[in-house]
Amino acid sequence: MSLSNKNEQEKNIRVTEDKFLAPENRKHTVIGPGGEEIFVDPLNDYFCTEKPKVEKPYKGILEKFYNWARAESLWVLGYGTGCGSIELPPLFSPRFDAYRFGVAMRPTPRQSGVFIISGYLAVKTLKRVIRSYEQMQNPKYVIALGSCTINGGMYWDSYNTINRLDHYIPVDVYIAGCMPRPEAILSGFNRLKEKIKEGRAEGANEYIEKLEWYKANQKKIIKDWNMPDYNW
Amino acid sequence: MELVKKIGFVLLGLFIILNWGLIMSGIIRKIIARLGMRRGIKVFQPYINLIKNYSIRSQISHGVMFYLGPVFRLSGGIGIFLFMPLIHGSELWSNFSFTGDLILIAYFAFFGMLGMALGAGEGGHPYSAIGISRGLAQFTAIELPLTLAIISIAIQYNTLSISEIVAAQQGGIQNWTLVTNPFATVAAMISFLGAMGHSPFSVVMAPQEIPIGPPTEYHGTFLGILQTNRAILHVIEAVLYMNLFFGGATNWGILILKSFLVYFWSVFVGMVFPRFRVDQSIPWLLKLPVLIGIIAIALLII
Repeated sequence: MSLSNKNEQEKNIRVTEDKFLAPENRKHTVIGPGGEEIFVDPLNDYFCTEKPKVEKPYKGILEKFYNWARAESLWVLGYGTGCGSIELPPLFSPRFDAYRFGVAMRPTPRQSGVFIISGYLAVKTLKRVIRSYEQMQNPKYVIALGSCTINGGMYWDSYNTINRLDHYIPVDVYIAGCMPRPEAILSGFNRLKEKIKEGRAEGANEYIEKLEWYKANQKKIIKDWNMPDYNW
Repeated sequence: MELVKKIGFVLLGLFIILNWGLIMSGIIRKIIARLGMRRGIKVFQPYINLIKNYSIRSQISHGVMFYLGPVFRLSGGIGIFLFMPLIHGSELWSNFSFTGDLILIAYFAFFGMLGMALGAGEGGHPYSAIGISRGLAQFTAIELPLTLAIISIAIQYNTLSISEIVAAQQGGIQNWTLVTNPFATVAAMISFLGAMGHSPFSVVMAPQEIPIGPPTEYHGTFLGILQTNRAILHVIEAVLYMNLFFGGATNWGILILKSFLVYFWSVFVGMVFPRFRVDQSIPWLLKLPVLIGIIAIALLII
């Protein structure tokens, strides 16, 4: 394929994508303070377009020590996607008290390491899940709650929910049930801890290695893709 | 050689204060959990969180000031530490304390806030901006009763040196500023509630409302630095109040006990009272505490 052809093709792709973009994210010109015209391409100018890199684990005893600390301090993103999110607040009540396992809620994806997909995932929510997941820092872990995340559960033929979560983001631990009780979630946390301590919870790197496959799956579901390819 | 020995003791003091700060926050979290009929975190959980944060592999930066924000905050905390006499009567544990250290410490308390404001502002998250504007507005109101109290004790003891203020309070409880100048103590202890960021003055971080305020975008090592600073700052501010109002400390045991009790005062009030909104907290701080502070000065002048 010649260079000009390729450019033209890229241009066509951009134009078809553009129709989903919010007006402020489309290419446009802005009048500057001196009256000059400035061309703006928001997706390239305002967002970071760099591709993520695989962050290799440290080696030997250092990584083991770090993995122990990561396992004993699980900060969960306070974000519930489906009906399962109602099972999360009791975890921090006196009856179940997840704090004693080093589990705590964080309100921002930047600081949290564990993402609980709590139940069915609507297509609209999937977009927010991807954004939040990509904003979390390496290493990050995903717990999938309920049978809806395994095969769709009672929503398996719904027009608006996804069926298999691990087609869209890598999952470390599944907790089956509809809905799992808080005891089951606590046991899921302990499974995740074991996995982290063994050094097998490398979902963040797996996501970056197979990014193209994940992105293709995500874009198959999300028709109005109006964000950068990777949300830093 | 003297200087090397001095620096060695300063670093050792910093190490002790940092560790005491981390353990103290663990103990406080444990006490709060027991109040809520929970088992609560492990006492060493703050250490684990710190190691975890320093072990995060990837970091996102939003610019130069974003990097410098936590550094400024940490230098604010260490700055307070460097000029604070820890143990009364000990040359080696009095750090770099000198005749005007009280003014310098009051300055360093604000310095960290401003650095953090610049850094968090560049993070670009709206909650950071809201947290900063609330934090700086409230902190200005918090400083006012404290400043009045400091002016009052400066008049009382006729000095701005913390070492001399501590020396003047030796010889028993009857010599403490708490007894000799109760109005200044009350004004300053109300200001201490605000400085520690527990409820009712927790609107800056405001869990459940604008989670989590200025550090919203900070993660990994950045957050680790902020946590390190918080551990140092909480203890060293408690030590400042201990030195000014509660007779200082003559050994490490007393320092640890008194700093815990002073810090626990803010936790105690925080567990009992709900949170002020920022438009309630600033007028509240500007009314009664300021009045008490003015009375404290007026009594000494008359």
